[in-house]
Amino acid sequence: MNIHAISSIYRFEMNRMWRTMGQSIVSPVISTSLYFIVFGAAIGRQMGEIDGISYGAFLVPGLVMLSLLTQSVSNAAFGIYFPKFTGTIYEILSAPVSALEIVIGYVGAAATKSLILGVIIMLTATLFVDLKIAHPFWMLFFLVLTATTFSLLGFIIGIWADGFDQLQIVPLLIITPLTFLGGSFYSIKMLPEFWQTVTLANPVLYLVSGFRWSFYEISDVSPGISIAMILVFLSLCAGIVYWIFKTGYRIKS
Amino acid sequence: MNNNADILIDIKNITKKYDNGFTALDDVSLQIKKGEIIALLGPNGAGKTTLISTICGIITPTSGSISVGGFDTLKDYRDTRKMIGLVPQELTTDAFETVFDTVSFTRGLFGKPRDNSIIEKILKDLSLWDKKDNKLRELSGGMKRRVLIAKALSHEPDILFLDEPTAGVDVELRKDMWNVMRALSKTGVTIILTTHYIEEAEEMADRIGVISKGRILLVEQTSELMRKLGHKEMIVEISEPLDTLPASLQAFDLTLSDDRKFITYSYNANQEHPGITRLLKALIDADIRTTDISTKQSSLEDIFVNLVRDAA
Repeated sequence: MNIHAISSIYRFEMNRMWRTMGQSIVSPVISTSLYFIVFGAAIGRQMGEIDGISYGAFLVPGLVMLSLLTQSVSNAAFGIYFPKFTGTIYEILSAPVSALEIVIGYVGAAATKSLILGVIIMLTATLFVDLKIAHPFWMLFFLVLTATTFSLLGFIIGIWADGFDQLQIVPLLIITPLTFLGGSFYSIKMLPEFWQTVTLANPVLYLVSGFRWSFYEISDVSPGISIAMILVFLSLCAGIVYWIFKTGYRIKS
Repeated sequence: MNNNADILIDIKNITKKYDNGFTALDDVSLQIKKGEIIALLGPNGAGKTTLISTICGIITPTSGSISVGGFDTLKDYRDTRKMIGLVPQELTTDAFETVFDTVSFTRGLFGKPRDNSIIEKILKDLSLWDKKDNKLRELSGGMKRRVLIAKALSHEPDILFLDEPTAGVDVELRKDMWNVMRALSKTGVTIILTTHYIEEAEEMADRIGVISKGRILLVEQTSELMRKLGHKEMIVEISEPLDTLPASLQAFDLTLSDDRKFITYSYNANQEHPGITRLLKALIDADIRTTDISTKQSSLEDIFVNLVRDAA
């Protein structure tokens, strides 16, 4: 394994994050804080507890998931799209690196950035709510696997995208709506029965539910199903990435 | 492993055909020796970049095989790619990285541990050391070209591919680049450059391969190519304009200029008896007085144009 190559790609991507600190860290933290202030402190006071948890605290896993999903996709998509756009991808393609090493470098960096962000948001949340984590291992499990899976998805989008607008399409038009409708800000039990059933088709529900269970031991679906679903998404994304490198789709002729 | 120790790159019957039916490389075979400078000369779209991209692993060939240092470029890609440095045609750089960081990045990408002293030496050799902390977007086109060379050399490759290294650079910088290539060649690096500047190929290369429409038309030692295909002309200026060439001169390959003051004799410079003495005698016998004589050697450009035209 070409460890130096993985390390180079990883450090290059992480350096980009430090260079764009405002965009990568400060902006998501500010927007998340606004969510806490508006939904948690202002509107949340008017709402009762959900399954015995204050609304502000209930929000935390959903908000972390919202940032984790959108940032993982954006970071990874931009990370691989930019060399394609500037033409520097020739270096990666002509280097003695395997597809796996390329993916570990790019996806690893994207996932790391998202995890850093997730941790920062959780730390920020402690300023507003009393945060308890019932199952730290499973919390980390969901955090790491979700960041990895959606970074893989972002990597796929970055390979597929032909322009900067396409980079934004999936996070804006698919990921964000699915996250909002996947129980990030409410329990699906609050919905009419028909919409509860519809929501079960939203894959993000399983991630948010599982992640929230690791905090408060409350969930919309069984944690076992959430774990199974995240593993299914991970396998699916890994399979698509494998196919991309096997066929050279949009990166090699 | 290849048995011939002198052959570093062995290209056998490489064809690259795209899904739309376009054939970029058509049964190309070429052997490149260790330590030589070879120029691939051809017009735009001839297949030069496709050929080097195929050797470097950026493009997968439809058929054929390539070995580098005895290793197959597809099966043993790690071994072959470690040996190769590529300077692309386009000035593709990451705008926000510093010179030092981007060169270090490439070294790591090619599997070498970070070594600041090696990067320093490369940057100093390429007169980039004082720019090491500059962001790439702050550099001129010529400097960016040097950075691309530095990146290609960062992992100390045995082979350097330069795709149109002096395209769009001014004369001074072009000569500067040639000096860089010569210095690299002296260190034992095998250099393959693509160019459509005949002068560059003639000046730099030990051998020249002419490529057109995806086919290698000819590969020859530069000097041998000039000798074998060298075509010379003797231009005789005459004192009195002629209406037509006299019948006694019909045996020679002569043309009369439009102003009828110059007779051009075309001959092969490599012939033992090119017929110059006979022609001069025939001119005297025909009572044609000469006021001046000059000769013109056909350039590599003429040879190239003829080859490509013949292949069309």
